[in-house]
Amino acid sequence: MSVSPTVSRASGIRHLLLMAFRRPGLLAAVAFLLAVAIGTAWPQFLSAYDPIAADPLQAQLPPGAAHWFGTDQLGRDVFSRVVHGARYSILIGVSAVVIAAVVGSILGLFAGLARGVIDEAITRFLDVVSAFPDLLLALVLISFTGPGTVNLIFALGVASIPRFARVVRAQTFVIAESGYVEQAKTFGLTKAVLVLRHILPHAMAQVPILATIGLGTAIIGAAGLSFLGMGPQPPIPEWGAMLAEGRNYLRVAWWIGVWPGVAITLTVISVSVLGRHWQASFEGRRQG
Amino acid sequence: MTPLIHIRNLAIGFPKAGEPNTVVRGLDLTIHRGESVALVGESGSGKSVTARSLVGLTGTGAKLTADVFDIDGENALDFHERSWRQLRGNKIGFVLQDALVSLDPLRRISQQLSDALGDGSFFRRQDRHGESLTLLNSVGIPDPARRLTQYPHQLSGGLRQRALIATAIARGPALVIADEPTTALDATVQKQILDLLAERRRAGNTLLLISHDLAIVSRLADRVLVMRNGQVVEQGPTAEILSAPSHPYTRQLLDAIPSASSRGYRLSPAGHEARITAATTQVPATAKSAERRRLLLPPKSIDPQRKVLTVDHLFKRYGSGAASSLVVNDVSFKLAAGESLGIVGESGSGKTTVARIVLGLVAPDAGRVLIDGRPWSQLTEAQRRTHRAGIQLIAQDALSSFDPRYTVERIVGESLDSVAIFGAERKRRVLEVLDAVRLGPAFLTRHPRELSGGQRQRIAIARAFAPRPKLLVADEPVSALDVSIQAQVLDLLAELQAASGTSLLFISHDLGVVHHLTDRVVVMKEGRIVETGNVSAVFAAPRHSYTQALLEAIPTLA
Repeated sequence: MSVSPTVSRASGIRHLLLMAFRRPGLLAAVAFLLAVAIGTAWPQFLSAYDPIAADPLQAQLPPGAAHWFGTDQLGRDVFSRVVHGARYSILIGVSAVVIAAVVGSILGLFAGLARGVIDEAITRFLDVVSAFPDLLLALVLISFTGPGTVNLIFALGVASIPRFARVVRAQTFVIAESGYVEQAKTFGLTKAVLVLRHILPHAMAQVPILATIGLGTAIIGAAGLSFLGMGPQPPIPEWGAMLAEGRNYLRVAWWIGVWPGVAITLTVISVSVLGRHWQASFEGRRQG
Repeated sequence: MTPLIHIRNLAIGFPKAGEPNTVVRGLDLTIHRGESVALVGESGSGKSVTARSLVGLTGTGAKLTADVFDIDGENALDFHERSWRQLRGNKIGFVLQDALVSLDPLRRISQQLSDALGDGSFFRRQDRHGESLTLLNSVGIPDPARRLTQYPHQLSGGLRQRALIATAIARGPALVIADEPTTALDATVQKQILDLLAERRRAGNTLLLISHDLAIVSRLADRVLVMRNGQVVEQGPTAEILSAPSHPYTRQLLDAIPSASSRGYRLSPAGHEARITAATTQVPATAKSAERRRLLLPPKSIDPQRKVLTVDHLFKRYGSGAASSLVVNDVSFKLAAGESLGIVGESGSGKTTVARIVLGLVAPDAGRVLIDGRPWSQLTEAQRRTHRAGIQLIAQDALSSFDPRYTVERIVGESLDSVAIFGAERKRRVLEVLDAVRLGPAFLTRHPRELSGGQRQRIAIARAFAPRPKLLVADEPVSALDVSIQAQVLDLLAELQAASGTSLLFISHDLGVVHHLTDRVVVMKEGRIVETGNVSAVFAAPRHSYTQALLEAIPTLA
């Protein structure tokens, strides 16, 4: 194992630049996510056209100087729609994952710390939830609440709670028995400090990775449900819905369906790269 | 007759980023048939990689050069993977340190032996029951027929190590290489394995022993090569090297062995750095180990009237019903201020459970623990919390006792939470204790993974002393360390204890360490105290047969 010189917080920026050169993949991922974030917060900054207004005269134009990604069957600029779509796809995915991660982590931590009856009860509940496929459970929940963006987020979030809860529970078991928690007890720390300082951060170590995978799944799940008319309603430019629309024109105008697909793929990969890097530095395996 | 191993000017490197990264250089090694040779040195000295080069297992990325590299008269530099495969097991058998990881956990002993006996072909495998039985008999495993049907985890540590040796000698290799074959074992089990190897040596088998422990080497080897930083610094007949070492490093290794004769003296060279100073090199090379100049440790101040720790008729049972076992059975002892008490016993003797009860991490079923004459084990955790700073723990595995996210500053500083020292004052105290364990301020920002084994244990010691405890519980604090690193850590512990007047409860399976460091000793077996008293008295004239067996098991310099 090589011993790397430790970098102080003061020279953090230099450290970041250095790391960018050593790990171009990470740099590319961060850059892409930054662009996605701008698209989410301020889509007008990146695109010139209205994503909703149709212009039949400009329908199905291939990618070119005026329309970088071409236009769709109604003459709307695909690039603008992809940029504006970031808001819906990312917000649905992120919100669903945040709900799942927060609720799942709390359940997992409680189960892991309390053990006994509370653990049994929580575990059985998780078993029931995960007995159904994610998408099916979300579909059932939406059939109760009715279609719409908020309900879609809620349904997707609930469906992926068990994934987070299980891992955090198992981690809590292991960490609670570890040498440093035992050692910290001998310092006379209170239970709450012990949990917050030494158990929670380590029990949560897997959550960014899971959230990454979950984000991809959530975006794809949202697309599937939107296709079934359960999510944002047209003409809202949601990536999954655009993909479903473009599917019908794949033979005559591939660009309608391909670009939202590329956006989904790149987003999932970028978040994944970032998540793994987080994980590594979180555990003290500092690189670069 | 050609020697079995004949190597001239061996160099092994792991080239990385243009740098040669040489780990072994200029090594000459000749092993004749029937000889027993030992490579001695601390971790990183290149002894293991040298041994591995003899079976072609230096690993990918290794660059090996030599003027001569003959194994049984054949030039092994020309060997391809196929030739190495034919050599392994047939000509050279290899015994690794830890049998638990070296045996396949999913295969029965019979299968592992059949693998070792067979010709390595996947299809022509046959059950070699008779041969396997003979093998297990030859390594002294009782009831071999039953053992053959068992899995590695069903065997005790000693039996497992024997089974591993059986696989190494299965095809009757001309040379057996044993890489730290007893390091992970208890004293009495270690003795059994050493006896087995010694017996094989008497029977005329050739052995290459890799070890950091000169006491083991003295029992097994005809010839010793002392390695340091990839080079042989001294070599010769074992008796000569041990009684009259000419190289200062060999002397340093010999001085580092804790024993009865080292009591009250430093084990590591003087000075703030473990470096060979001019003063120690002036000692005539002919001087015997005991006559060599030793440096005194500072004297301890013991107040026999003040009992810091009173352990009173402790009982602890784990499990319930028929499966339960009494792990602590009527244990009582007292520890005075400034005194050191050793608890000695093998794994499973209950010594660690006693430590956990003293620390207030486990509640006893019956009996009580008093600290400074006041109740401790009967208190609730909330009452105990405010007094916890007074009792600190040094664990065996320092790395796992550190939160991996923390820097050294936070690791050491956290023990000051309990005495409410924060901010600039905390930083001052952290620097103070780091300085006391000879680590500079540069270590403040390090993470546990960036530290060596010795540095980690020193940080653990610094952390334990930081809140100025009156009692220190050290659970096998040096068991995972090399002899020379162990020497530094033990010196440090003794020094700090003398300076602070802290009482020390020292748990160990190593009687040499206990004899060196502690004033009184408690010998535990199966949860009971079988013998207790002054260290010198107990070890000089042990009354209980178990203590006698333990003492006999210690490998001592011949």
